[in-house]
Amino acid sequence: MSQAVAPTAPRSTSNTVQEDRQYVSFLIDGELMGVPVSTVQEVLTSQQIARTPLARNEVAGLLNLRGQIVTAVNLRRRLGLPDREANETSMNVVVRFHGESFSLLVDEVGDVISVDGLRMEPPPRTLDARWRSLVQGVLRLEQGLFVVLDLTAILTLNGTPHRNGESRN
Amino acid sequence: MEDEILQEFLAESWENLGRLDTEIVQLEREPSNLNLLGSIFRTIHTIKGTCGFIGLSRLGLVAHATENVLGRMRDGRLEVSPPAVSLVLDGIDRIKELLAGLEEGGQEPNLNSNELIHRLDLLASLGDPIPKVSAEPEMELVEPEATPEPVAAPVEPMASKPEQSDRTPAPLTGMTEISVLEPAPVMAEPVVAAVRTAADTNESPEAGADGRKSVADLSIRVNVDVLDLLMNLVGELVLTRNQLLQLVRGEEESRFSAPISLLNRVTTDLQEGVMKTRMQPIGNAWSKLPRLVRDLCRLTSKMVELEMLGAETELDRTVLDAIKDPLTHMVRNSVDHGIESPAVRRQMGKTEHGTLRLRAYHEGGHVIICVEDDGKGIDAQRVLRKALDQGLITEVEAASMSDSEIQKLIFRPGFSTAEQITSVSGRGVGMDVVRTEIERIGGTVELNSIFGQGTTIRIKIPLTLAIISALVVESGSIHFAIPQLGVVELVRVPAEERKRIERIHDQQVFRLRNRLLPLIELREVLGLEASTQDDDVDLYIVVVQVGEEQLGLIVSEVFDTQEIVVKPVGRLLKDINVYQGTTILGDGRVIMILDVAGIAGRYSNNSNQTTTAANAGRNESEDQIEPTSLLVVSTEDDRLLAVPLSLVSRLEEFPRTSIEWSGDRMLVQYRGHLLPLVNLADSRSRGPLRDLQPVVVFSDGSNALGLIVDQIKDILEEPLIIRNGTKRSGTLGTAVIDGKATDVIDTQHYLKMTNPNWFRREAQASVRRLLVVVESLFFRQLVRTACEAAGFRVTIAETVTRAEEMLEHGDVFDAILCDADGQDPRLTQLSDWARKGSGGEERPIVVLTGAEFSEFHDSLRACGADVVLPKFDPQELTTSLKDLWHQRARSKGVLS
Repeated sequence: MSQAVAPTAPRSTSNTVQEDRQYVSFLIDGELMGVPVSTVQEVLTSQQIARTPLARNEVAGLLNLRGQIVTAVNLRRRLGLPDREANETSMNVVVRFHGESFSLLVDEVGDVISVDGLRMEPPPRTLDARWRSLVQGVLRLEQGLFVVLDLTAILTLNGTPHRNGESRN
Repeated sequence: MEDEILQEFLAESWENLGRLDTEIVQLEREPSNLNLLGSIFRTIHTIKGTCGFIGLSRLGLVAHATENVLGRMRDGRLEVSPPAVSLVLDGIDRIKELLAGLEEGGQEPNLNSNELIHRLDLLASLGDPIPKVSAEPEMELVEPEATPEPVAAPVEPMASKPEQSDRTPAPLTGMTEISVLEPAPVMAEPVVAAVRTAADTNESPEAGADGRKSVADLSIRVNVDVLDLLMNLVGELVLTRNQLLQLVRGEEESRFSAPISLLNRVTTDLQEGVMKTRMQPIGNAWSKLPRLVRDLCRLTSKMVELEMLGAETELDRTVLDAIKDPLTHMVRNSVDHGIESPAVRRQMGKTEHGTLRLRAYHEGGHVIICVEDDGKGIDAQRVLRKALDQGLITEVEAASMSDSEIQKLIFRPGFSTAEQITSVSGRGVGMDVVRTEIERIGGTVELNSIFGQGTTIRIKIPLTLAIISALVVESGSIHFAIPQLGVVELVRVPAEERKRIERIHDQQVFRLRNRLLPLIELREVLGLEASTQDDDVDLYIVVVQVGEEQLGLIVSEVFDTQEIVVKPVGRLLKDINVYQGTTILGDGRVIMILDVAGIAGRYSNNSNQTTTAANAGRNESEDQIEPTSLLVVSTEDDRLLAVPLSLVSRLEEFPRTSIEWSGDRMLVQYRGHLLPLVNLADSRSRGPLRDLQPVVVFSDGSNALGLIVDQIKDILEEPLIIRNGTKRSGTLGTAVIDGKATDVIDTQHYLKMTNPNWFRREAQASVRRLLVVVESLFFRQLVRTACEAAGFRVTIAETVTRAEEMLEHGDVFDAILCDADGQDPRLTQLSDWARKGSGGEERPIVVLTGAEFSEFHDSLRACGADVVLPKFDPQELTTSLKDLWHQRARSKGVLS
């Protein structure tokens, strides 16, 4: 059905027991971000996504993952970034959160990054308030900064809603 | 480990207690049924035993006292009389309360049960010293825990008769007399002297226990989560099976077709099997009803025989849960309003006993539940007049309505309250709520009433909610499923007949066989763009039933009907009220299942008033709630919070430099006092304070508090309906305000947080806690929401008896709020409530009534009401309550 481009990480490996030391990385609008490997169920190429009218703008729709219905969240919109060009496809990082599966739509999926020996730093205070609420911390890698997203915040959409053009009244 | 034991104990106790109510009410009718007594005794005994084991002393004491009484009854030394049964029921209620508290807080709630235990002990002691004469020795061993009781001298020895079954019950003379009796020293453990009569040896409790044990051996306890998971997996299997079937369709020759058809059969059987595991007899939903009817009868002095037929009829547990409340409601209605008093019944030539019959049976994939009574039925003319008065129908409509159509008016929202207000005959308290609930699970309600002879309500509900038959349609190039149950018919409108869709103002209608069908363009409701060649294609109208009305959904294409597996809507989508679920079709596509009622609600709101369109009235009761002024603020972590403006004293902006830290608390000098500040944002997402920091200031009496917010968003006039109470500290729950899910701030929480001592002192000195005595379920919810939103602590008493009990127990209340339109005449005799159990302090009594004539109001005041208020005005209610206490406080000199 769908081709996995990165190996599915085991849910709880010995080195994730205490603290997340491994992250699945991805690119969004040129920035390197990631979520802990322990939360990621699998990574998929572009999928057919069923639209969900009246849903919030950040919700891209639903996809069928081997009979499981997964809510796709457009990370660009969640982070307040512009949409991609219509001909560019997104990849899916499927995560488990509170017993439900969600797919984070990202531009490109990168490697699994090990960060042993690195300390996570809080997001800078000067960062845009919206980003600050969604970012768990920042890691300084050799190849650049690595932004660790706060999954709970990303998947909690009860703040100020941003609706589609189909907003009522 | 210990926790596990506790959970097990709770689960088992609830299960047993559920059965107990029914058994005790039955016992009252058959006082000599020793099997029953034995079973009741064992249940309580088990609870008591376990309490001792896991160290629940309060619960243990109540259970012990109750068990003693039951033990005396079982041994035939105490009459099974209505007062005695009432006391035992009180004991059981208390056990339930303690269990509920235990479940919630993990430890025994601090309830004072001494008085109850005392009464139970007195009752038990009545039965102690009277040995029964019988030839046969005691069959059962004495309970080892039974401690010697203080023994009262018998009033007069009961005449012993050889047969226990035909013993004439010596009525219990009441508690006052009992307490006069002098305790005599115990000579020996009296139970030893107790012997069983010959009549019951063949039906001894032990035999019953053995019988039950063998059943228990055949069944195991399975967590419902496991069953739900199995059901989900079977759902997946069904979908895969459907896909495979689609693949081999038309390929008879395929070597896959034989195994696939086998797979097909096995899957179907498996699906049925798993569904069976989730089935529960409807009797489980009925178990509370005998008790309810009994209590109502005592309250209203009516005589009602409750018959329950088909209790073994099974249906899915989710459906079962959903119908519990509506059923209770209907039964209550029947006793309250349907069945006449014995005197009236005699006059009518009926038996004094009214009959209320519940019947359940299967009928073609559905379960039918009938609630029948032989009461006075619905007076169509009266209903008609009422509906006309209220403007629910026009004179013209009225003229052409049949009796059955008129009777159905009681299901109209708004009608029920009118009935209740004027206490006119007939039933109708919250019947619209009943219907909404039933329809929510895809059921239908039918009403049939003959004036003077009785009423029958017939409910048709699906067996399960997990797999339904649905029609697949297309609108705006997207496919949707519409549950088949609500679909009445399909109408095709060919492109050249488009003009048959006509307009009145901006409402589209269609002439369908002599009537006008209101139309809803599905595409518009869902905010989808029209496709380009929309004008020259055929259209389809899906005629659906929503409540009493039919309406047509315009869609661009209709496909086939499919069996679909309903999957719940994900958490990011569940606030949209037009979807009732999602599903995967045979070809693997995900589609949304439309909630027709939600669409209808949304549409009518959209077209009526754009400002509140966002509310998408899925609940008619919203219309009856007065809008409240709400202050909406946002926090740094992007949460929206609201608080009734009436609680806010000021909105301030403090310069950052003026905010000081004292330990870990923030303070600011404000009007000569130090104002404690609390940041509402989650500690993780807090940034530095603003140069001019917005703060919402609350004050309550002489105490004040400032809440730091990110932004003051808006002040809105909206009905405040707290949808789901949360356990999240600091919020009362979530409400939909201006279309957005908004948490409602629990100001009490923050006041407590800033000054924990203050709260305790305040709770004693000032007025915070309300006892609400309201019989109507619907109205109760309304009052509770209003008061809780205004920051009061609300304790609910469903009956006057319950309320008086609470007062007698010395539960602390600062005011009593009651509904004078209830059935209980005591609701209007208030004067002795004011001081009851309060230690001399007089509490204000606030009375709500729907009656508008002032004589009635005056008479209520004469009876001791301090304030008389109209119903359904939450704002006036909360303001009056506050005024009242301010006045009192001022007169006492507490506030200057």
